[in-house]
Amino acid sequence: MNYFPDEVIEHVFHFVESNKDRNSISLVCKLWYRIERFSRLRVFVGNCYAISPERVFARFPFMKSLFLKGKPHFADFNLVPDDWGGFLYPWIEYMARNKVNLEELRLKRMIVTDDSLELIAASFANFKSLVLVSCEGFTTDGLAAIAANCRFLRELDLQENEIEDHRGQWINCFPECHTSLVALNFACLRGDINLAALERLVARSPNLKSLRLNQAVPLETFHRILVRAPQLVELGVGSFVNDPESEINDKLTSALQKCQSMRSLSGFFEVTLSCMSAIYPVCENLISLNLSYAPEIPGNELIKIIQHCRKLQKLWVLDCIGDKGLKVVADSCKELQELRVFPFDPHGVRNGAVTEEGLVAVASGCLKLNSLLYFCQQMTNEALITVARKCPNFIRFRLCILNPTKPDAATMQPLDEGFGAIVQSCKGLRRLSMSGLLTDRVFHYIGSFAENLEMLSVAFAGDSDAGMLYVLNGCKKLSKLEIRDSPFGNVALLMDVRKYETMRSLWMSSCEVTMGGCRTLAKMMPRLNVEVINDSGDLDKHGDDNQVVNKLFVYRTLVGPRKDAPDFVWTL
Amino acid sequence: MGSSTCYDNDLVNLEATELRLGLPGRHEPFENHPMKTSTSSIKRSIDETTGEEEEEDSGGRPKVTSSKAQIVGWPPIRSFRKNITVHPKSKVGREESSSSSDAVGTYVKVSMDGAPYLRKIHLGSYKGYDQLLAALQTMFRITIGQYSEREGYEGSEYAPTYEDKDGDWMLVGDVPWEMFATTCKRLRIMKGAEARGLGCGV
Repeated sequence: MNYFPDEVIEHVFHFVESNKDRNSISLVCKLWYRIERFSRLRVFVGNCYAISPERVFARFPFMKSLFLKGKPHFADFNLVPDDWGGFLYPWIEYMARNKVNLEELRLKRMIVTDDSLELIAASFANFKSLVLVSCEGFTTDGLAAIAANCRFLRELDLQENEIEDHRGQWINCFPECHTSLVALNFACLRGDINLAALERLVARSPNLKSLRLNQAVPLETFHRILVRAPQLVELGVGSFVNDPESEINDKLTSALQKCQSMRSLSGFFEVTLSCMSAIYPVCENLISLNLSYAPEIPGNELIKIIQHCRKLQKLWVLDCIGDKGLKVVADSCKELQELRVFPFDPHGVRNGAVTEEGLVAVASGCLKLNSLLYFCQQMTNEALITVARKCPNFIRFRLCILNPTKPDAATMQPLDEGFGAIVQSCKGLRRLSMSGLLTDRVFHYIGSFAENLEMLSVAFAGDSDAGMLYVLNGCKKLSKLEIRDSPFGNVALLMDVRKYETMRSLWMSSCEVTMGGCRTLAKMMPRLNVEVINDSGDLDKHGDDNQVVNKLFVYRTLVGPRKDAPDFVWTL
Repeated sequence: MGSSTCYDNDLVNLEATELRLGLPGRHEPFENHPMKTSTSSIKRSIDETTGEEEEEDSGGRPKVTSSKAQIVGWPPIRSFRKNITVHPKSKVGREESSSSSDAVGTYVKVSMDGAPYLRKIHLGSYKGYDQLLAALQTMFRITIGQYSEREGYEGSEYAPTYEDKDGDWMLVGDVPWEMFATTCKRLRIMKGAEARGLGCGV
């Protein structure tokens, strides 16, 4: 390759899209490093505190697309205080000031403010795509700024964000000349929306392929939108409530039948059950179906819908589908790759409506299954062993038993053997979440067999430090380890401190690490940020080494302790 | 590393693989293990038949109780998702539809005389009176007697009552389950003299 001019090498690199591959390429030699950095257009920063905007843009000056992640994963479950960090503004401010030609921004678990959104709208003339997942801190006013000023905006995708809805007219703010919209998802907004403005926007967006409505959009509007946009590929229904006698139902059926390109369906926040049959014709071509926000669709109706979905690859449902419904999935959806079953009633007295039977059925019938998130009432080793045997292709396997320390429902034994079978059989497993009664033994299995594991989530598991050590020693590709309520302490934390520089982050809460252990770690490893989160106020920052640390977050970083940490977060 | 040989010892430590008849968590497989820093304090045995829980508490670890709502962050689903499924009919800017008595989405408040705070239960998750009464007995740690049409609830000082959609207070159990589930607005477990009064056909 030394005999090729740089332009040729750069042209070859152009075809390498994966950042992992690009990272490898840039390590080959200085020449390749240089060429690669000038040709990288999409940058991924997995932890916004691992690096600074200055250094990112110094290395990748022609960057157009940025994907930033902020808070640790357990922030999704209220384990991280709201103002812990993950602020977007400094990144936008830097990019605006240095005239970065930002076109795409994707964010996960970050604090986004209206100021940031306004600054984006004012600074990046070619801005095309904004995707926000599980973010918070902004209002519909910020969205209005984006709508009004980003003339070439193609994509506005809001997934499960907490957005303060001022019930203003943000959707009116798309100017009449704005015709470039391809994807619009505002399903997570809780407020009303200007329906006429929405319809006009859809009418003047011939390239619109993906539209996810919120609960405030009634059936009549939905029907009119369908008539205007039969080219839609992805559709999120808002409210599907109607008078069953109304003539709209026939019109709806025929409008849906004209949507030949429809491949993904979601929403249905509220429904009139007798109108559901209108969607059956669309089901035949669906590859993705998300009914996990449709609490009003009972199990037997879910079954009717699923029986039509023969090409389905991705299914998200509530557990009211029951084991019975999962058997229908197993029979009907032979192409299924991803299944997520969420609890209808997370805190109710009833413990969840699916059991190991449903899982075994799906694993037996859907041999292409590779990604699972399953909230269930109970599990058995036998079931997990069967699943492992039938589906060796799992990449993501997340099992949540609603009672977190429940043993094998049949034998009352720990579930070590079951999860052991999963890691042994699924050689490509990259992500694992476990629950149920688990001893150190399961960690021994994980350390021994899970060679490709990148992310592990542990809750209420293990007996001793040995458990955590098995994982740290054995999983060479481990990148993120998050542990809660497990008896791991300083011995495990400090046994191999260099390991944490090979990982993105470690989270430990309600474990047994102490201030002494954290101080030692911080001292030994200056390139880690060892953050003690004292939101309960119990700890004395200069106090005894023996104080137990309730929340610990450790991550590698090239830029030292962060300057935006709140008072209760101490970087040791 | 000296510690790695300790892990090998675990493999040949047959105690770890020994089948025991006791409930899980009662044994200490790594009793003398040098790596061990604490006793197994997380394990709780849950008696499935009576619904009672025995708690082992050491080191101030958060307790797993019969009310899962008390464990922060469990089950691990985003708060955003919890809000949507728990209150499907409550939306910003809309009134709650009181005429909608669809049992699937109905949460009702339950009060008990003498208890400091109320609870909420999801009627749609029960299939009949037996399940409901069992749940109430577990939730409030009481015994409710046997129902009979003539005597009301015999055998205890508690009687479950409910307010129907006309605003009247009725004894739980008099009407068919489906009718009850769709007309019940809230529950109250009466205690003592008041409760006994209901059984006398007043």
